Amino acid sequence: MSDQAATFSGAIPDTVKTERSRSFWQAVFRRLSRDPLTMICAAILLAIVLIAIFAPWIAPNDPYKTSMVRRLKPPGTPGYWLGTDELGRDMLSRLIYGGRLSLFMGFTPVVVATFIGGTLGVIAGYAGGRINMAIMRLIDVFYAFPSVLLAVAISGALGAGIVNGLVSLILVFIPPIARVAESVTTQVRTQDFIEAARATGASGARIVTGHVLSNVVGPILIYASSLISVSIVIASGLSFLGLGVSPPLADWGLMLNTLRQSIYIAPVNAVLPGVMIFTTSMCFNLMSDGLRSAMDVKG
Amino acid sequence: MQTENTKTNDKTALRVMTRDVDTRDRGGPRQPMLIIRGLKKHFQVSGKSLGQPKIVVKAVDGVDLEVGKGETLGIVGESGCGKSTTARLLMHLIEPDSGEILLDGETVGSMRGVDVRELRRSVQMVFQDSYASLNPRLTIEDTVAFGPRIGGLSRTEAKSRARSMLRMVGLAPELFAQRYPHELSGGQRQRVNIARALAVGPRVLILDEAVSALDKSVEAQVLNLLQELKKTLGLTYVFISHDLNVVQYISDRVVVMYLGQVVEAGPVERIYETPRHPYTAALLSSRPSMDPTKRITAPPLTGDPPNPINPPSGCRFRTRCPLAEDICARVAPALTAVDDPAHLAACHARVSGSGHSHASAAA
Amino acid sequence: MTNDQLHGASSGDAATSAPLVDVRDLSVRFVSRDMDVSVVNGVSFELREGEVLCLLGESGSGKSVTMRSLMRLLPHTAQLGGSVSIGGLDILGMPARQLSTIRGSLVSMIFQEPMTALDPVFTIGQQIVETVRCHEGCSRSDARRRALELLELVQIPSAARRLDAYPHELSGGLRQRAMIALALSCRPRVLLADEPTTALDATVQIQVLLLLRELQRELGMATIFVTHDLGVACEVADHVAVMYAGRFIETGAVGDVLNRPHHPYTVGLMRSTVHGGQRGTTLEPIPGAPPDLRSLSTGCAFAPRCGEARPPCLTAMPELVEAAPGQTARCIKYGAATTYAAAGTFQAAV
Repeated sequence: MSDQAATFSGAIPDTVKTERSRSFWQAVFRRLSRDPLTMICAAILLAIVLIAIFAPWIAPNDPYKTSMVRRLKPPGTPGYWLGTDELGRDMLSRLIYGGRLSLFMGFTPVVVATFIGGTLGVIAGYAGGRINMAIMRLIDVFYAFPSVLLAVAISGALGAGIVNGLVSLILVFIPPIARVAESVTTQVRTQDFIEAARATGASGARIVTGHVLSNVVGPILIYASSLISVSIVIASGLSFLGLGVSPPLADWGLMLNTLRQSIYIAPVNAVLPGVMIFTTSMCFNLMSDGLRSAMDVKG
Repeated sequence: MQTENTKTNDKTALRVMTRDVDTRDRGGPRQPMLIIRGLKKHFQVSGKSLGQPKIVVKAVDGVDLEVGKGETLGIVGESGCGKSTTARLLMHLIEPDSGEILLDGETVGSMRGVDVRELRRSVQMVFQDSYASLNPRLTIEDTVAFGPRIGGLSRTEAKSRARSMLRMVGLAPELFAQRYPHELSGGQRQRVNIARALAVGPRVLILDEAVSALDKSVEAQVLNLLQELKKTLGLTYVFISHDLNVVQYISDRVVVMYLGQVVEAGPVERIYETPRHPYTAALLSSRPSMDPTKRITAPPLTGDPPNPINPPSGCRFRTRCPLAEDICARVAPALTAVDDPAHLAACHARVSGSGHSHASAAA
Repeated sequence: MTNDQLHGASSGDAATSAPLVDVRDLSVRFVSRDMDVSVVNGVSFELREGEVLCLLGESGSGKSVTMRSLMRLLPHTAQLGGSVSIGGLDILGMPARQLSTIRGSLVSMIFQEPMTALDPVFTIGQQIVETVRCHEGCSRSDARRRALELLELVQIPSAARRLDAYPHELSGGLRQRAMIALALSCRPRVLLADEPTTALDATVQIQVLLLLRELQRELGMATIFVTHDLGVACEVADHVAVMYAGRFIETGAVGDVLNRPHHPYTVGLMRSTVHGGQRGTTLEPIPGAPPDLRSLSTGCAFAPRCGEARPPCLTAMPELVEAAPGQTARCIKYGAATTYAAAGTFQAAV
């Protein structure tokens, strides 16, 4: 026996070096760091987020201080580097403060919806059968409406305001996330290692936490990260329609709305909030793509 | 068992599994480890909603088996013969439609017998696809430790159990414990799967095509390992494979299945030397010759195995059988002892008085 | 259906003695952002009309990639080196557009998994008709007649009815026969078979093997057969080439190689292949696992697993030399230089 055992252990050559093996997430971050486009997007986003967080220290002027004299100054005016809006408020400061709200309206609904929708989807996917039917059909009802229309309808029903805007966005994002979570979970559930875990006598909850989650979190996160840009755009849209943030507070969408009338007088000023929305959502989308390809590795 | 596990440390837990101190033996050495009677599983593939025609796949259709203690039972057959479904039924991974399973003499799932949890602790399984049966996001150590954790061991106990299991299957834990499945070769992954199955301390190991996907040189290593583990731990194997040579090498007894039914069963030498069912005979002579001067000139059977959705009436093999007669279409042959009480075959041509023209000669 | 009908085009060339397939120093590297792997490292062989060469090897030995290089049926990341000439045409130097004209008509391939190789939305008949018309430009009714002949040639029962069947309606064995018919539809002179029977059941596998052997003999095609199964090689091959880590390590007539293997790897492979006579004995496997192609050492690729390895094995890759009449092996033992005999074993050296 000892002889045999020796051959067995000897039988394993070291084709793989004895280096410490990396976990999946370490490997993903290593790959991400080698992707220049994703890193540029990440840097831009980081800058936007930091500027938003430290807005009171960075903004050169009071974003709410109006002046009839300084209305619609073009960019480059001394002291007002990006010009002023139709009420003479400093555009740069307003964009910086507006970023706070826009980012908040972009992140929060997605984070909350990922949590709720992900849970629903994983439960539906793992349980299958009637539970799956019940959850997924309920979600299909919401899914039948276009997301923007649904957000507008819910916001309209609840009334204007940041909180109501948030609630409507969360409700809009739960169904698609739940769908993705359900389909990924269904795929994972049929794998042999789940069967093997069941064969050890593990309970359903134990298998979900021990084996299913680690395999579904990645794809759900990729999808959710692509929704952040959508959320920013829809939130801006709600504000634009007067259903989200209400003046004098402003996110980029509301700024776009109020500057709309001035588009022939000061086109550059009017376009600036749009540029911000575009840049931020683009960066989130590209990041999400980068994340997807970085996670597309075995193991 | 559970309380015992929580108290004992890893070394004694291992010793529980060896033959000398097997406290789990209830029925004695003569009591078969597993008895299966009339096992049936039909899958409805269509007709669940109104208007659709009802289509039922008779995956396993009345299977009787016995696996003796310390024995290796080989199950052979072609795709669709129900061998893998039988394995999953044995572990209660799918619920049988009817039939009973006895573990060491006690009925599984009944009030007085053993429950499914107990069955799963005693019977473990190794799957064919070594990659799909390991969680790609867990280290080898965590994968192997999962079962013992479920069994009630603490985190550190389970880890040390996992490490000793890895050592037992020939993977040095200091090198392999922290690796992920994709960093291992196919043979190494299958060793991990064996370690994972053994970590729960089972008495029976079901090997469902466990070496079929491996390269020949690696397959031999794993077969040697399995033989060694069986001797050391006093295990009982149910070895399912389509590879007749491997089954002949490893099995003590062999069961041949065709379309959800057992057509022949008996000691390995008898099955391979004097097959009594025409299907077994054809299966054996379908093996490539391994000698270029003695090539096979005519195929022993024509056609493919029929679909298990609508199996032929009477004897299911009759559509491809060289001996088929009227009686075979009308009456399904029963598994009957031929020549030797241990050698069973389900063929009219081998039973005297069955009405088959070969039968009188055979009797 | 006779030989001439199917092989009218090629029968004239059969007299010429130049090899139909001539592969010289073929190498294949897969290069992409995260990898650079040499999968085939200098493979050379010739094949004449009517010969069957079996590439035998385990997973990752490069056997399948070698075969696919003959059709340049490889992903974009593949970089090919050396030369491949089939019927006098330079395959590797050929523009990509011209490749489609030789695929199917000069060189054709059958795959392991017919379900993925056949198009699920067309019937068997439509697929064959389409291929025939595409290459030969004949009328639809002629093409259909030919499709029927082909299905009969591959011994599909009630062929006329099966012509209108979709791939999923056929059983595994019939599907594989249909794929063979499709591959033969444009009278290829070289047939490439990539483990065509591995996915089939035992009783069906032998039927398909015998069919392939019969067709090959009848149609006189040069055939390259890729397999990991020694038994399959025994049934169909004239010559075998055993591959390891992207190189031929032993070649010869099938009987010679299997009965008197010379390279230690082939010897080990024969020993570790299970057969009934070994019951109750311990098998003698080759230790270790197939090499990682990303980190090959300079010496013999098999040396780390070889029981006979000695220090000189690690210094340079040995050449393929004649080990017995008509049989070559890539092992230093059979080389002209006496370094191996002179060198002590590792135990002595260490």
